[in-house]
Amino acid sequence: MKIARISAMLLCVIMILASIPACGDDANTIKVGLIAPLTGNVAVYGNAVKEATELYTKQFNDAGGVNGKKIKLIIYDDKGDPTEAMNAYNKLVNSDKIVALLGPVTSGPTFGVAQESANLNIPGITGTATHPDVTTYGDNYFRACFEDPFQGGAIAEFASDYLKAQSGAIIYNTSDSYSTGLKDSIAAKSKELGLNILATEGYGTDDIDFNAQLTNIIAQNPDVLFIPDYYNNAYLICSQARDAGFEGTFLGVDGTDGVLEIDGADVSVFEGLYFANHYAADDPSEVVQNFITSYKDKYGSTPNALAALGYDAAVILYNAIKAVDTAGTVELGATAESYQAIIDAIAATDMECVTGHITFDPNGNPIKDVSIISITNGAYSMAGKY
Amino acid sequence: MTLVYQILNGVQIGAIYALVALGYSMVYGIVKLINFAHGDIIMIGSYCMWFMISRLSLSVPLSALVTITVCALTGILIERIAYKPLRKSPRISLLITAIGISLFLQNTAQLIFTSNPRMFTNIFSGVIQIGDRAFSYTTIVTIVTAALITIALTQLVNKTKIGKAMRAVSEDNQVAQLMGINVNNTISFTFSLGSGLAAIAAILYISSYSRIQPTMGSMLGLKAFVAAVVGGIGSIPGAVIGGLIIGIAESLTKGYISSQLADAVVFGILILVLLLKPSGLLGIKYTEKV
Repeated sequence: MKIARISAMLLCVIMILASIPACGDDANTIKVGLIAPLTGNVAVYGNAVKEATELYTKQFNDAGGVNGKKIKLIIYDDKGDPTEAMNAYNKLVNSDKIVALLGPVTSGPTFGVAQESANLNIPGITGTATHPDVTTYGDNYFRACFEDPFQGGAIAEFASDYLKAQSGAIIYNTSDSYSTGLKDSIAAKSKELGLNILATEGYGTDDIDFNAQLTNIIAQNPDVLFIPDYYNNAYLICSQARDAGFEGTFLGVDGTDGVLEIDGADVSVFEGLYFANHYAADDPSEVVQNFITSYKDKYGSTPNALAALGYDAAVILYNAIKAVDTAGTVELGATAESYQAIIDAIAATDMECVTGHITFDPNGNPIKDVSIISITNGAYSMAGKY
Repeated sequence: MTLVYQILNGVQIGAIYALVALGYSMVYGIVKLINFAHGDIIMIGSYCMWFMISRLSLSVPLSALVTITVCALTGILIERIAYKPLRKSPRISLLITAIGISLFLQNTAQLIFTSNPRMFTNIFSGVIQIGDRAFSYTTIVTIVTAALITIALTQLVNKTKIGKAMRAVSEDNQVAQLMGINVNNTISFTFSLGSGLAAIAAILYISSYSRIQPTMGSMLGLKAFVAAVVGGIGSIPGAVIGGLIIGIAESLTKGYISSQLADAVVFGILILVLLLKPSGLLGIKYTEKV
């Protein structure tokens, strides 16, 4: 009997003791959520963002965190699926009580999360969702990447200004909103600049035979060929175009990044290709080189553009949180005042980031440069900024 | 001139459809089964060829030989394991099994190779200039290979002993058995022949269009099936003509109307043929005896 009572009391004491560090931990950490596709079709993107975000979280906390308090990153997998992203969002907001949100990574899942978070005015920033609609639901959502129309315009301007192209053609994926959106902006900007678009040809997502479209394009003999699509299709188009005798310059977009890493591809077809991107790995700027060195040290590979954008999103958010805490007028937490204070702090961002100098326009879109990368001798190199 | 190029593009892909359609047609002729796993043999062939060339760095002829053997054996294995036990069951069971095998192969490939596409480099590099448009050697090789194979296959079926056995089994396998023909071996031979042709189609296909992925066989297989039906399933020249019709129709639609309509046109042709001449252009019409 006595033993039972003593052990019961002991158990109570242990339980109380056990709960104390948890309490202390809570008071000294600030919870930030990250939604990213860690498995599934776009897992490559999600993992790049996750790695970069974890890298910056560690750097930020090691450098003192938010005036002594540490950022605690809670990561959920959305598998690139809008429904999973909403589940993750609900978990983060309702049970984890986060102060702000990073992600999701691709545009599809971001629509729902951005729309829903507008109701509670939860500060959110996606590094990588390029679709124009993402930031339109409320003032609370930001992004670190440029929008699709913006880069489409930039690559057209590059063709006209730098390459002195007189004529061009566009081949695009009719069943992908990313590709069609870019086609529209390239066409619009080209018209404005007097760059003659001689042919606009479409294809479907699963098409792998582009000979019919390329035959029409080659018949017009344009100076440049715009290929607004992801790297795998870009490879098929470039190699078939070269086989069919196309001699002009290929121009790609941020989705083209990664062409040189395609397994088994004959990368010589990319020689002389230019594409718009978020950052250039050989950009001499100190911020960029520091990021690349620390990423390489930790993960052993050169970060891609998604990693750079994920990193920037974390940089912007954590510094905004720190600014709110330093100002001291609002206590950080899952409260409406804290949310609004962080949103205001993000909107006031004006800093040098990996993907360029970032300030925000009133819609939460960054105002920054587009890097143009060229492929020469089988390697990426920076050709200029637009 | 553009029209000529577009037709050449169409003939190239059409020749590949024809090679695949031949496999469908022969297997249908002999066991009255639409072998839906046939498209996935192309996928297996593609991965096999890719593995030989880019991972083991073997020479092209050796890799091709291994690929054809692997596919032929896979064809026999599928027939022995999945179709043979069902030979006396209703045809619908066979059809469902074929779909099951197709899904099994696709998902196995997805497990082994993941769903990320792999690229294959053209093994027939070099171009020839025709007017102001260049054509890769692959185009020429594809068309010539398909033509030679069709001729060889016709000779095989009409002139050799095994060809005679195939025709006999196709007409009535029970009577053929009574006449002393080894039906099992003949069926296995047909499957291996069809799968071997699929392997050749796979090599030509990935040389031109590079991308290899676990689901690549389904659409290609479906179009080849349409080609086989259009030409008249069971007929060798029919499969070739069907393949060329589908290929050229596809290319002309992409070139002159809209790429989005290409598949609609292909399947539209199928519907038209089924409505107007259900046995296909060169198909033999069987009258059902009551």
